[in-house]
Amino acid sequence: MDTNFSNCILAIITTDSSKVAQGGCPVFYALNQEEQEQISLLLARILGGLVHDLENGVYIIVRH
Amino acid sequence: MKEYGIVILVGITAGFIARWLMLRNDYRHYPTYPHGHLTHLALGFIAASLGAVAVPAIAKPDYVAVTFLALAAQQFRDIRNMERETLNKLEESKIIKRGQDYIEGIARVFEARNYLCILTALVSSAATGLGGWPWGIAAAAACILFCLKLMSGSCIGEIAEVVPGQVHFNNSLLMVDDVVIMNVGLPFTRKKILEEGLGVIIRPKNDNARLTLDAPGQRMAIIHDVVSILGSKVDLSETELMPLARKQVDKGYLGLFIVANEPDMDALIEIIKKAPVLENIRGTTLNTFYGRKAAD
Repeated sequence: MDTNFSNCILAIITTDSSKVAQGGCPVFYALNQEEQEQISLLLARILGGLVHDLENGVYIIVRH
Repeated sequence: MKEYGIVILVGITAGFIARWLMLRNDYRHYPTYPHGHLTHLALGFIAASLGAVAVPAIAKPDYVAVTFLALAAQQFRDIRNMERETLNKLEESKIIKRGQDYIEGIARVFEARNYLCILTALVSSAATGLGGWPWGIAAAAACILFCLKLMSGSCIGEIAEVVPGQVHFNNSLLMVDDVVIMNVGLPFTRKKILEEGLGVIIRPKNDNARLTLDAPGQRMAIIHDVVSILGSKVDLSETELMPLARKQVDKGYLGLFIVANEPDMDALIEIIKKAPVLENIRGTTLNTFYGRKAAD
């Protein structure tokens, strides 16, 4: 049986803290877009998820 | 007794050759390891023997023996389970899955091929018994040709047009022509996809084909065939470049996207055209009255 989570948000990476409210998911703040991309890339590799862009400065990592 | 010897020999040889030739078609469907081959050739030999001894048993006449043959033929039903289990086990460790529908189709084909093998042996040995060995060989050749023709099945190229599509981005959405594939977040990944990604449009020729291509199992089968030949740049924890096939919901055609190790568009199109249409998925809406009426 597959015990992995799927189709859930594993992490949220943003440069703008006003766009994200604290909820059940870890949020990572980045200083600029370059750092945001770097954090997203590393987290995606570590968590085995995909980086998705919400097009408002927020990236989410989702495992499908 | 000597005559029966020739009858049985022709039957077994014809059945065995039929199984052997049908096994050679399987290079994409099944790992062609020597042991896998041997298992199926051995089962084919047993099936051919069963078919070949049926006619002498009736001619003898020994009807009890014929009922035992029917009982033995039942055992070949287990081949489907054997194939299904093997392929399901292999599936667990695959990055790009074959899909349950494809596995079921392959398992069914393996079972059916043994029945064809029995039939070939039966017909050839009957022809030998009635008309002598030249007739037996002629019947064997006809049966083998019939088996190869019958079991080849149809392929995607017969039900759909496959044309190159343009891979591009609409903001963060990856698209092949006007088909949305997925959301890609990282600019680095987007650049890689634009440089190396291949996009193809699979356009169904009629409503039956549209329903066939609609099934996720059929799409997985196409992708599996493509990846098993051209390779893909997906790794265990790097699934961003996963090959995907998505539907244009309004018009019903598919957009397929892949980042292949061998980015050859012509080869990609030919592989997709040769991918099998899975028989348990094949759309049959045009066989129904309302299906035809709606398609007008």
